[in-house]
Amino acid sequence: MTIRCEIVSQDRTVFTGDVDIVVLPGAAGEMGILPKHAPVLTTLKFGIIKVRKSGKEEIFTVAGGVAEVQPDIVTVLADRAENIQEIDVSRAEAARRRAEEYLAKGTPVDTDRYLVMEAALRRSNLRLDAVRRYRKSGMRIPGSE
Amino acid sequence: MASAREMRLRIKSVKNISQVTRALETVSASKVRKAINAVTATRAYATKAWQVLKHVAEQPGRDSLHPLLAERKAVNNTLVVVVTGDRGLAGAYNSNVIRFTASRFDPNPAPVKYIAVGRKGRDLLIRRRKNVIAEFSNLPAAPTFADVSSIGRLAVDEFMKGAVDEVYLVYTDFISMSRQVTTVKKLLPLELGGEGRVEEYEQKPAGPSAAYEYEPDMRVILDEIIPRFTALQVYQAILESQASEHAARMIAMRNATDNAKELVGALQLAYNKVRQQAITNDILDIVGGAEALAQ
Repeated sequence: MTIRCEIVSQDRTVFTGDVDIVVLPGAAGEMGILPKHAPVLTTLKFGIIKVRKSGKEEIFTVAGGVAEVQPDIVTVLADRAENIQEIDVSRAEAARRRAEEYLAKGTPVDTDRYLVMEAALRRSNLRLDAVRRYRKSGMRIPGSE
Repeated sequence: MASAREMRLRIKSVKNISQVTRALETVSASKVRKAINAVTATRAYATKAWQVLKHVAEQPGRDSLHPLLAERKAVNNTLVVVVTGDRGLAGAYNSNVIRFTASRFDPNPAPVKYIAVGRKGRDLLIRRRKNVIAEFSNLPAAPTFADVSSIGRLAVDEFMKGAVDEVYLVYTDFISMSRQVTTVKKLLPLELGGEGRVEEYEQKPAGPSAAYEYEPDMRVILDEIIPRFTALQVYQAILESQASEHAARMIAMRNATDNAKELVGALQLAYNKVRQQAITNDILDIVGGAEALAQ
């Protein structure tokens, strides 16, 4: 018994496949979705999506979005999402530094830009945390050599 | 028959035109590639979002779920968002959209207001004396969602404040390089089983689905996703239209180049005849003169 899981972000399809369980960072806390789950519509927080299929786990970061659960399918419409295996650590770190520098300058002149940078900082922190926590040691981390 | 000099000028100008059309074709060819990438990249998200909206709307008692889903009893005003290009020279692309709009909405029982996206559309609508309430032109090539979300928001606002009771979207669906289809889609209130490409992506026949559980709560989530996904449909429509526009221009320019080539060939032939005739006449003159002197 499996449930179909589709994770799409605005610019691409990140994951599709039949899986055993999906764990989502829902607005009201983590929720594990098994096949035959009752229909749910939830917003997503910044966090981690775990997808497990016959013992193997895949982990994605998601920077907010919406998830729709139907008994046979979970559709994740993410604002941004990526598999942690494809996160470029050095890029994420550079992005974090850039954002921190900007935010450290204090009172923003340009509110829009301030918000953009703040969101960028949250995203890079999320990515880096996810990599640190979930990527197996011994796995090659791009940019770490 | 025209003089040799006139014909030479004509040939030169046709050759110049064919150079311009060939350049435009090349430019469009590279633009269309980018536009196709953009449109296919976002298609998955847009169709999924539309599907989720439809699932929401399929629930029992949709009229009470959210004001943006509620069908209005009387339709006093209709709003149509028309997506065209900013430039011409794209074959029948722009006029197809306008002609389609006219045939679809001229018989409309309620008065129709238009939002024009693209300068050509605005001009053509105004020429037909339509009521254009807003226009968005000079959109960047391959716009981001943020660039165009104001268009969708405007439509949602007009609907929410009751200035209009239904909103349609007219755009050109990009099927392939040689096929683009002008399409109308009802945006607000959402129409179930509407036209468009979404159906192809649907994996199961959408049966009557049970009511959702909502987290955090229904109002918050619907307030967030319905306007956003509606704006997203406009965004997707603009991307589809841009890809179609570039494809149409590329084909039109290729045809123009081919025609110019043919024309140059025909003109060259005629010109050569005239030139040879002139030379023959000259020789006859000289020979005649020489013979007259010899006598």
